[in-house]
Amino acid sequence: MTTAAPTVEAPRPARWPVFGAVSLAALVATQVFSFLTSPPDQNMGQLEKILYVHVPAAWVMFVCFAIVLVYSLRFLWKGREDDDLLAAAAAEVGAIFNGLTLVLGMIWGKPAWGVWWVWDARLTSTLVLFLVFVGYLALRAFVEDPQRRGQWSAAVGILGALNVPIVWMSVTWWRTLHQMPSSMRSMAKIYWVGMFANFGAFLLVMAYFIRRRYDAACTVRAAEHASQAAALGGLD
Amino acid sequence: MAFRDDVRRIRAIAWKDLTTERRSKAGFNSVAALGVTILVLFGFALGPDAQALRDAAAGALWLSALFAGVLAFNRSYQVELESGALDQLLQYPGPRWVIYVGKLIANSLFVGLMLIIVIAVGIALFQVSIPAAWPSLLGVFALGAVGLVVLGTFYAAMASRSRAREVLLPLLLFPMLVPVLLAAISASKALLVGDMMHEAGAWIKLLGAYDLIFFVATLWAFEYVIEV
Repeated sequence: MTTAAPTVEAPRPARWPVFGAVSLAALVATQVFSFLTSPPDQNMGQLEKILYVHVPAAWVMFVCFAIVLVYSLRFLWKGREDDDLLAAAAAEVGAIFNGLTLVLGMIWGKPAWGVWWVWDARLTSTLVLFLVFVGYLALRAFVEDPQRRGQWSAAVGILGALNVPIVWMSVTWWRTLHQMPSSMRSMAKIYWVGMFANFGAFLLVMAYFIRRRYDAACTVRAAEHASQAAALGGLD
Repeated sequence: MAFRDDVRRIRAIAWKDLTTERRSKAGFNSVAALGVTILVLFGFALGPDAQALRDAAAGALWLSALFAGVLAFNRSYQVELESGALDQLLQYPGPRWVIYVGKLIANSLFVGLMLIIVIAVGIALFQVSIPAAWPSLLGVFALGAVGLVVLGTFYAAMASRSRAREVLLPLLLFPMLVPVLLAAISASKALLVGDMMHEAGAWIKLLGAYDLIFFVATLWAFEYVIEV
């Protein structure tokens, strides 16, 4: 065989299902913990419970998109295919958490504000971010050649990440009458504990999702490599 | 010396694109006609109340320019795809970014010309009175158009060579252009009513910063996009 660029190998069986079960258990445990320990909020009552899914989802979304940025840059720099596959896996998981953040925020907004949606800076820039990464995933779906798909989506991912602060700033200016960032500063300690515990559990779930998606992508690529090699008669 | 060569290459590519457009004309005419048509449709959607039209004029103008512009960007690469012209172009000596800058210049002229037509029609249709600060308004249009063209030319390099170019380009481009649209529409709106709140300046700065950031970023990233 020729010594071409290093190809992706099929993932070896590992204990990821165990990790997944542990993550899920951690998620359930932290949810139950925060539900039991947190008293109803003075103004919002039991509505504050959404804090434990909405805020961690939003933070995990940012972690995912940071991973996309880092691995996209690394892919353009080193040209290793597995970096591209990891960035794509993180983008998919990030888009899921992004959508979750939006939906959970709307579910909270209806009883709290009386409307499903306000054109507030946070909501609007989260929505724009979601659209940017939907575009990223659509691009990947429409391009077959792996090298081309990798380089193009890396460029789109990097530019998308670059745009996040600019979108945030422009939407904030546009909505000068946005409300105070939701009562974060005035929050009692017990809410913080529940929120961070849940964030930890969400991170585990995120790592599990990304890893499994990445493994699946590696398997697909390895199968493609094998069938190419077989077609060229190089497989023994 | 090398830099002067690059400038010559940029000029050659821009000239080639503009000559193709000038000789066919059909491309420009239909894109400009589409811009005007969308403007008329906005008039139907928002009118006929004169005040409502005037309030919505800036937004309608920019959206018409955006929708029509998308067609122009894809066209700019579509002509390269016929009979392997792009492969040929990539084989000429010189760095890749000169292709990008050349196309950028050609597209800027194309979109700028279209914008002039759309603005002229828009002023008439939406009963806008030209404000005293019209030079600043012109500046806003120029900066907004540059932002539009920079990202449009860059994303079209990918979208036009994918399987679904009609849907992919707007899907990639429109969310990225949210700051340009907000800034351009807000600044135009403010200037049209006399900029009492002095807010146009901040928007113009934002537009300038956006243009600069994404010009540099796309210049860097273009090589990765065009060579595969």
